[in-house]
Amino acid sequence: MATSPHRPPAGLSRRSLLGGAAALAAVPLLSSCVGFNTSGGKAGSLDFLSTQFTPVEEKQRFEKVLADAKVNAAYNAVEGNVFASTLTSQAEAGSVQVSLAGAMHGELAPLADRFTDVDGLLKGKLAQAEYPKDLLELAKAGGSTAKYIPWMQASYVVAVHKRALEWLPSGADVNSLTYDQYLDWAIAARKANGSPVFGFPAGPDGLYARFVQGHLLPSFTGGQVTTFRSADAIDAWKYMKELWANFVPASTNYDNMQEPLAKGEVMVAWDHIARIIEAPKGNPDEWLLVPSPKGPKGLGYMLVVAGLAIPDGAPDPDGATDAILSLSEPDVQIEVLKQNTFFPVSVTELPDDLEGATKLAAEAITAQREAKDAIMALPPVGTGERDGEVTAVFQNSFRQICLDDRSIKSVVDEQAAELQSILDDLKIPCWAPDPAEAVCEVG
Amino acid sequence: MTTSDTAATPTRGNSAALRAHRWRRFGVQVACLAVTAFMAIPIYLIAVAAFSSRDALNEFPRALWPSDLSWDTMGTFVSSTGILPAFGNSLIVGVNTLVWSLLVGAPAGYALARYAFRGREPYQLFLLFTRALPIVVLSVPMAQLFLSTGVYDTTTGVTLLHTALALPTTVLITAAVFVAVPRDVEEAAQIFGCSPFSAFVRVVLPLALPGVSAASIFTFVLSWNEVLGAAVLTLNRRTLPGQVLSTLQYSPEAYRFAGGFALIVPAIIFIALMRKYLLNMWGTTLR
Amino acid sequence: MAATQVTEVAPRRRRIPPVVWLIAPSVLFMAALMGWPTISGLIQAFKTGDGFGFDNFARMAADPFFWPAVRNTLLLIVILIPVQFALALGMALLLRAKPKLSGLYFYIWAIPLAVSDLAAGLVWLSIFTDHGYLNSFLSHLGIDGVNWLSYDSNTSMFFAVFIAELWRATSLVLVIVVAGMQGIPKDYDEAAQVFGASYWQRLRHVTLPLLRPSLQVALILRTILAFQTFAVAQALTGRDFPVLVGETYNWYVALRNPSVASALALVILAISMITAIVYLRALRDPSDKGGKR
Repeated sequence: MATSPHRPPAGLSRRSLLGGAAALAAVPLLSSCVGFNTSGGKAGSLDFLSTQFTPVEEKQRFEKVLADAKVNAAYNAVEGNVFASTLTSQAEAGSVQVSLAGAMHGELAPLADRFTDVDGLLKGKLAQAEYPKDLLELAKAGGSTAKYIPWMQASYVVAVHKRALEWLPSGADVNSLTYDQYLDWAIAARKANGSPVFGFPAGPDGLYARFVQGHLLPSFTGGQVTTFRSADAIDAWKYMKELWANFVPASTNYDNMQEPLAKGEVMVAWDHIARIIEAPKGNPDEWLLVPSPKGPKGLGYMLVVAGLAIPDGAPDPDGATDAILSLSEPDVQIEVLKQNTFFPVSVTELPDDLEGATKLAAEAITAQREAKDAIMALPPVGTGERDGEVTAVFQNSFRQICLDDRSIKSVVDEQAAELQSILDDLKIPCWAPDPAEAVCEVG
Repeated sequence: MTTSDTAATPTRGNSAALRAHRWRRFGVQVACLAVTAFMAIPIYLIAVAAFSSRDALNEFPRALWPSDLSWDTMGTFVSSTGILPAFGNSLIVGVNTLVWSLLVGAPAGYALARYAFRGREPYQLFLLFTRALPIVVLSVPMAQLFLSTGVYDTTTGVTLLHTALALPTTVLITAAVFVAVPRDVEEAAQIFGCSPFSAFVRVVLPLALPGVSAASIFTFVLSWNEVLGAAVLTLNRRTLPGQVLSTLQYSPEAYRFAGGFALIVPAIIFIALMRKYLLNMWGTTLR
Repeated sequence: MAATQVTEVAPRRRRIPPVVWLIAPSVLFMAALMGWPTISGLIQAFKTGDGFGFDNFARMAADPFFWPAVRNTLLLIVILIPVQFALALGMALLLRAKPKLSGLYFYIWAIPLAVSDLAAGLVWLSIFTDHGYLNSFLSHLGIDGVNWLSYDSNTSMFFAVFIAELWRATSLVLVIVVAGMQGIPKDYDEAAQVFGASYWQRLRHVTLPLLRPSLQVALILRTILAFQTFAVAQALTGRDFPVLVGETYNWYVALRNPSVASALALVILAISMITAIVYLRALRDPSDKGGKR
């Protein structure tokens, strides 16, 4: 198809423009409306942006909790990245539209500078609430004043399908396992079953880094950062490598454990309580939820906390404050526990009318917290925007040691250097279980 | 290799050629069926999954046919907050994107096809350049741009983004289409007294319609399925994938299949509507 | 709006060539909308603590996922795209032979075009997981399944991603090729037939050269889009089978480091542009005198 240049009559341009203009006139008919509201807010509702309760059923149950608590909010549940970029771009453009932000500590902390101070609220109307001290410290996000109000908490436990109990090593108590017994159990189960039955959330959105940060390292070394390169840490990784060899290989695709558990691909798995709870929900009699195993130094476990914050320049700060007060009411907090298995932070007494899977979860969490050798660990505090990079240090350590089969010593040294360079920039104190030194250093 | 052709009907006396012809037809059918199986089975499976109960999905081995039909997950999914309005938003954005990208892109495609001008290749590369940057890097500065101009969280904003994403494809596809329309028919029409514009509308456009509809299908589908940018540019007026796929990411599998299936259905309908334009040159009639 | 701007620039006695009228709207539209985001992305990639430099690129290359991601991306493009084109061309030729039900076939073959990559990832995940449909099917036949998506088997992961991408994106090529084929007048083919050319000769010397513009478009689009999609690989393999765009997304989202993400985006941009230029040159119509000298 050769095309040779030729000069068409000038009429072409003007006439085609006229035609185009006629077509353009039809467009406004289509685009006259700016779209339909999809967040279910009624007139005068405030924009509530959150990273929690994204699964469709949880979202519906929480929207009902909001309605019953007389909170008129358009509840938008989004992924962490959308949460961060929405708040960031709104703040930078100087036109904030979100009045209330609810997310995990690790998601709020990087944005702490963009939130209104809520110290006054904690010391005023919420002075009666029984917040644990650690949570109030966490809420400062590395600063000197509270940037968010603690909203709810959760932790990580082990789910066990009762069929797996037949392979439990003799003399082991499933409600008080040691890591050695956990490994022996995994090996026995694999041999008896012909293929592994223990799983691990090592998928792209899986929380395996939290296992390393809050469970494995504290239990073996008593610390998270200051003991990162210790001989104990090397032992911990040797153990992890052995354990990994007895996990279902598909674990690298598991973002949450409730589905493989429910499907029977996996019978025993550690994960976040909210990512396990769907498995025993339908048939709680067939399941156990037990505390995480203990290591040489004690029972390391990670505490998860979500908070509520008010962005600077929010269109409706008063409405947001009222919403926070409503969501902090003890009965609303208990309702959230019953509906979505997130535990209260403003009350310490749990009701005794819990049922089914929620009851199992409450018992496991309480047993874990009250174990005499419990070591509470927190997700990194005050790392702000670098939070993701700190998490990546623990993820990469796991992947390189267990998946790529590299030398433990050299991986730990490399990643320690990486972690140290991040901490050098930040100059922050350490967080639990490490002692709160003036400046945190990798040990 | 024989020299006879599938389209040529052999004469009656030539029985060997007739047999070969039949065999060839049979071979074509078998090949078509094989490709169809590869294309259709995954769609069939997601439909089965969308209408299976949760317990059925958890069984192993899974049934490969709908053993116990259940409307539970689909029902819960459709009735959950914002799905229907989001469906409307996606439709508005998709249709607007289609119209806009054709209005802005087709003239440029025609120019690429009909005129030799300096800067042709740089122009094509400029278009592709805009498309080669990952959306995730573009979306945050774009959200700031939209916040300051007031189109943030409207279907207009998403339409603008999608039009920008679809323009390179629209321009390139329409250019390829207009090149294939012989120039002499256009000139003949002008000799017979049509103005260049009416020659274009009466002669070129009908011939180019299949290609233009291919471009529109592509544009609509691109808009319908784009989620990363739309999720950053909206808050209370989400498009369907923004509302569905991002929020269903952590939902139970049954819901994810329901959501996936719900996304596929409208696009299937859209392709069914556009198909006849694609096939009109073959004179194939479909019932 | 576009019109007024152009007329102001142009002196009255010289007529603006129609090409400008035709092309200006798209250029203005793209510049207005994409200009600032693109520039801010470029700046970000070279920005370091207190000035400009290549620190972000160094960090990008030091990441353990970077080189595997480059390898996998190129592997997918080098193997997937030729197979895809052969398949799409074969499908278009099958349709041209006008079998019975060809309309229905074409319709079904075009459907994956309408399936978003996220949904496609879901579909194939339901097939390839350990307890998915494929292993269920094998188990109905009495065969033990395979862990297709196992992290230590690059081959089977690549196979899964390859099949899923083949399913997802072949329709795009098919639709463009079919549209191009319909633009080819029948008489060329018939004339060649009269002169006794075989089917394969006609395909090689008549059909394919006439399809050149369509193939060129399809090839460029497909390649550039191949660099853009990662949802399928992500859904099937997480980060066990990293690809470049997925890594960009990860730096931006999980690591909150837009600078390194922008650096990666520039690498993707560079590779796609080089590929596009090579294709544009290689497939240029020899009789086409347009373009630069």
